[in-house]
Amino acid sequence: MSTAHLDNFTDEMEHDDHDHHEQSFISKYIFSQDHKVIAKQFLISGIIWAIIGGLLSVIFRLQLGFPDMDMAWLRPLLGQWINIDAATGLGKLDTEFYLALVTMHGTIMVFFVLTAGLSGTFSNFLIPLQIGARDMASGFMNMLSYWFFFASSMIMFASFFISTGPASGSWVIYPPLSALPQSMSGAGLGMTLWLVAMALFIVSTLLGGINYIATIINLRTDGMSFTKLPLTIWAFFLTAIIGLLSFPVLLSAALLLILDRSFGTSFYLSEIYIGGEALPNMGGSPILFQHLFWFLGHPEVYIVLLPSLGITSEIISTNSRKPIFGYKAMIGSMMAIAILSFVVWAHHMFVSGMNPFAGSIFMLLTLIIAVPSAIKAFNYITTLWKGNIIFTPAMMFSIGLVSFFISGGVTGIFLGNAALDIQLHDTYFVTAHFHLVMGSAAFFGMIAGVYHWFPKMFGRMMDRKLGYIHFWTSFIGIYLIFFPMHYIGIAGFPRRYYSFTNFDAFSTFTDLNAFISVAAIATFVAQLIFVFNFFYSIFKGKRATQNPWDSTTLEWTTPIEPGHGNWPGPIPKVYRWPYDYSKPGAKEDFIMQTVPYAQTPESNLPHEQELAGLEGKDDNAIKVD
Amino acid sequence: MVTELNIKEVPQKQLGINPKKFILWLFMVSIVMVFAALTSGFIVRQAEGNWLIYELPSQLWVSTVILLISSLTAHWALKAAQNNNSLQTKLGLWVTLGLGLVFLSTQFWVWEILVQHNVYLVGNPGGSFLYVLMGVHGFHLISGLIYIIIMLAKSYRANKVSDIQFQLSLSTTYWHFLDGLWIYLYVFLIIYH
Repeated sequence: MSTAHLDNFTDEMEHDDHDHHEQSFISKYIFSQDHKVIAKQFLISGIIWAIIGGLLSVIFRLQLGFPDMDMAWLRPLLGQWINIDAATGLGKLDTEFYLALVTMHGTIMVFFVLTAGLSGTFSNFLIPLQIGARDMASGFMNMLSYWFFFASSMIMFASFFISTGPASGSWVIYPPLSALPQSMSGAGLGMTLWLVAMALFIVSTLLGGINYIATIINLRTDGMSFTKLPLTIWAFFLTAIIGLLSFPVLLSAALLLILDRSFGTSFYLSEIYIGGEALPNMGGSPILFQHLFWFLGHPEVYIVLLPSLGITSEIISTNSRKPIFGYKAMIGSMMAIAILSFVVWAHHMFVSGMNPFAGSIFMLLTLIIAVPSAIKAFNYITTLWKGNIIFTPAMMFSIGLVSFFISGGVTGIFLGNAALDIQLHDTYFVTAHFHLVMGSAAFFGMIAGVYHWFPKMFGRMMDRKLGYIHFWTSFIGIYLIFFPMHYIGIAGFPRRYYSFTNFDAFSTFTDLNAFISVAAIATFVAQLIFVFNFFYSIFKGKRATQNPWDSTTLEWTTPIEPGHGNWPGPIPKVYRWPYDYSKPGAKEDFIMQTVPYAQTPESNLPHEQELAGLEGKDDNAIKVD
Repeated sequence: MVTELNIKEVPQKQLGINPKKFILWLFMVSIVMVFAALTSGFIVRQAEGNWLIYELPSQLWVSTVILLISSLTAHWALKAAQNNNSLQTKLGLWVTLGLGLVFLSTQFWVWEILVQHNVYLVGNPGGSFLYVLMGVHGFHLISGLIYIIIMLAKSYRANKVSDIQFQLSLSTTYWHFLDGLWIYLYVFLIIYH
């Protein structure tokens, strides 16, 4: 026991040192090693990337919805990527730039917004605050993680400004398109920059992820056992483990691709003619790349989704004023999802000519994922059932996530079917499916997290009314975009095509495509409400109270604006699980994790009462010690 | 019964292993995944046929033995630091560094022998994979050498070498890991080439 006291004592000594040390602007806000500042850096970078990524989708939706439109007015923004037709004088989007738009939209949204923007923000912000730690295991690595991400962002952004345009072989960068610089203009320098940026991005993710795992394992406060961790932390923990195991594989795949591109090896290339000329490459296999890519690619969708599921578990429980239904089932299903995510990658490759027997095994494994996913969906609904629901904007977005998770998840069962996939593969049905279940759901989780933890981040509240407007426009808008896409996909529209006007079969869908485009533009504009609300509230929002949502977790025991080290005094100890809401007999409808059972005799269950008696005894024991 | 519960329910100090050591282990896990990807890619590609078959140069035995000995000397340096024997620590680190460099030049020598046998980086993936596996391992070994150089510098600056024994235990763990990684790759190559 005495060693423990000594440790605490030295902790506080170090902490005092920090307080007295005046930090310069640069070490406080730019090259900061404080997890809260790094989280905000990730969040604001993520928001900027989300605006860029959204804008790209608006441009290609204009092309898809209104193929005859004169786009000359976009010339100030896109310059040479708008070709002016000499005969008619109409401006047309460059066909290869269209592919670049699709590619960059995917890359930015999947990696820069929903991986770095989501995990980077909330893992950094919540892990030390919710487990009761002064900071991350290594503040320096954490800072490096952000700056590698920043360098990666800059390189990816720079690729928009080169004459051959950014990478355009789609975000999955399948060779040979991505391996041969002469195959298309975007496969040249743009692709090289893409690979460099992604290599830096992987380094950033690994530095961050290693830190998250080490922090959760090693720096939990006294009493914070794994069965008392909030579900957010469980989600971030499993996400970081998935990232640690899958991102290095993408690095290997990228390394072999770089060797093929720049050193003339043939890992992915074989017997190719380009422009009527035979290339010397022999013996490579493009399918090998697909295997390596999807070994990352499929876990990646859970890297995107799990943090959002954790965030919403916390928000739904808090705002239903009820304990989360099936706490251990939630952990178990997240673990099951994490494990299964590594054994289903080939369902992306059903039509690549793989062995049909292997296909049926991957189909079976894929469909098993429906079980833990359904457990999670049911647990959300049963938590809401008969709760005293408080509809904060964060709660609305969390319920929105549950809606998208279900409606997008159901189509996943269609797509996981090797036979149905022959028809549906690479159509808009796939686009609709993953934009609902992974894109929109993860995005809603992220937005919900921002609304919920904004008071802790900035000490102020976001505007509620604008939050509601933002929710309803986004929620309705997203369904208006992606629901019709299912029909277009079933009709056979392939993804990534520049235009459908040349095919008579698709002419009946012209109006529907225009409708989707209008909905997409409206939804994008609605996001600007959020951006305004976010930046306005940082400076002018209403002052927050210490625990505005009457929540039970540790972050709400810190001062309203926690300083470096998070708690001014000693780190609080934890006595109970994080979901003691509306406990029968309790004075209030929530009991903080820091309240010992001895102080709540009126609400203790029989076995907790027994523990309460022991807590007192032990306190005496410590004094004697 | 009561006393047992007493021990369990008091908020317990959550102490695992040292965070820095844990971070190192996680870092090694990510390196393992890089090689797991490369070697499983090797197997998948090999199963498709059209695969260059060649003899593994026997000189790889030499480099393997050199690396194994360097692991022993690294361990000797760590033990010496724990006994606060400055001279042996520095000597052990210098020898490890030297053996690491000899290992790298032996690997390069193996590449030259491969070229003499018409196995090139560019060409059939059967040959390319060997170069990539050895090259990526060599790259990590260079990082291990840099780590040892840093530890050498620290051992000269430290008042007592026993002060740096924790940091030295991290670098030694990493060096053993790189050794084990090479053994894995070598056994893998013997079985699958």
